[in-house]
Amino acid sequence: MMKVNELINQCGFEVMNEGNHTDREVTIPFCCDLLSIAMGRMPAGAAWVTVMANINTLAVATLADAACIILAEGSRLDDAAYQKAKEQGVTVLLTENPIFETALMVYQKLHA
Amino acid sequence: MMNDKIKLCYDVPADDFTRAGEASSNVKSKLKMMGVNPEIIRKVAIAMYEGEINMVIHAFGGTIDVVITPDEIEMVLKDDGPGIENIELAMQAGYSTAPDNIRSLGFGAGMGLPNMKKYTDELNIDSTVGVGTTVTMKVKMNER
Ligand SMILES: Nc1ncnc2c1ncn2[C@@H]1O[C@H](COP(=O)(O)OP(=O)(O)OP(=O)(O)O)[C@@H](O)[C@H]1O
Ligand SMILES: [Mg+2]
Repeated sequence: MMKVNELINQCGFEVMNEGNHTDREVTIPFCCDLLSIAMGRMPAGAAWVTVMANINTLAVATLADAACIILAEGSRLDDAAYQKAKEQGVTVLLTENPIFETALMVYQKLHA
Repeated sequence: MMNDKIKLCYDVPADDFTRAGEASSNVKSKLKMMGVNPEIIRKVAIAMYEGEINMVIHAFGGTIDVVITPDEIEMVLKDDGPGIENIELAMQAGYSTAPDNIRSLGFGAGMGLPNMKKYTDELNIDSTVGVGTTVTMKVKMNER
């Protein structure tokens, strides 16, 4: 078991928005860019790895109860989405790595 | 606190993705404050968001009424959009008429209605082409 803040430290992600719940436990990495599939399948407490970086990503993360969003492949939130992330206290992390490598690293840290 | 019937009403604006999801988020935080079971809240949040976003993408916005009682949470989403011609087809996983510009935002997997079915105890869709669509969903407070 690992908290969001421990994951940030151990994986060296850049923090785009720290959010209000970094002491939350991460349950599992989850990958999908299609929002309604993510909505339907993402387990609560997931570290959601995606390249989709708009305001709807934030809504899905909050409503499906993700622990954090990790934007892979160097993608970044646009301004509207960034404002929303701050407003809703969602943790948004950044990495240049591809989705699979990112999720694998999260998985390995969770199971180390 | 949970003895009363609580009614919440929302306007969902047309074509405004920056606000889409606000009604669902608001209901989520209200249920949280009321101390409702997190699994029930999650079901309501997911189902309502899918319905809310469908009203923005496929119709011209609409209204959502939410009624919370000790037994269940009822959501009624009403729009006067184009309606759904074949509801059975629309309910199929993967069926979507979302245009390319909407797909590029991450929508269009054709999983919204299946999610609404999966995460509610009751789903009813009443739709007339050229008139509009009313989606009624219920989530029971007691986990089945
Ligand atoms: N309120 C509505 N008014 C008119 N048509 C609708 C409405 N809701 C859904 N539909 C129709 O039903 C189809 C399936 O809806 P569904 O939510 O399952 O998928 P989607 O919205 O296309 O994609 P996704 O939800 O996966 O992003 C839509 O593509 C659309 O044709
Ligand atoms: Mg949909």
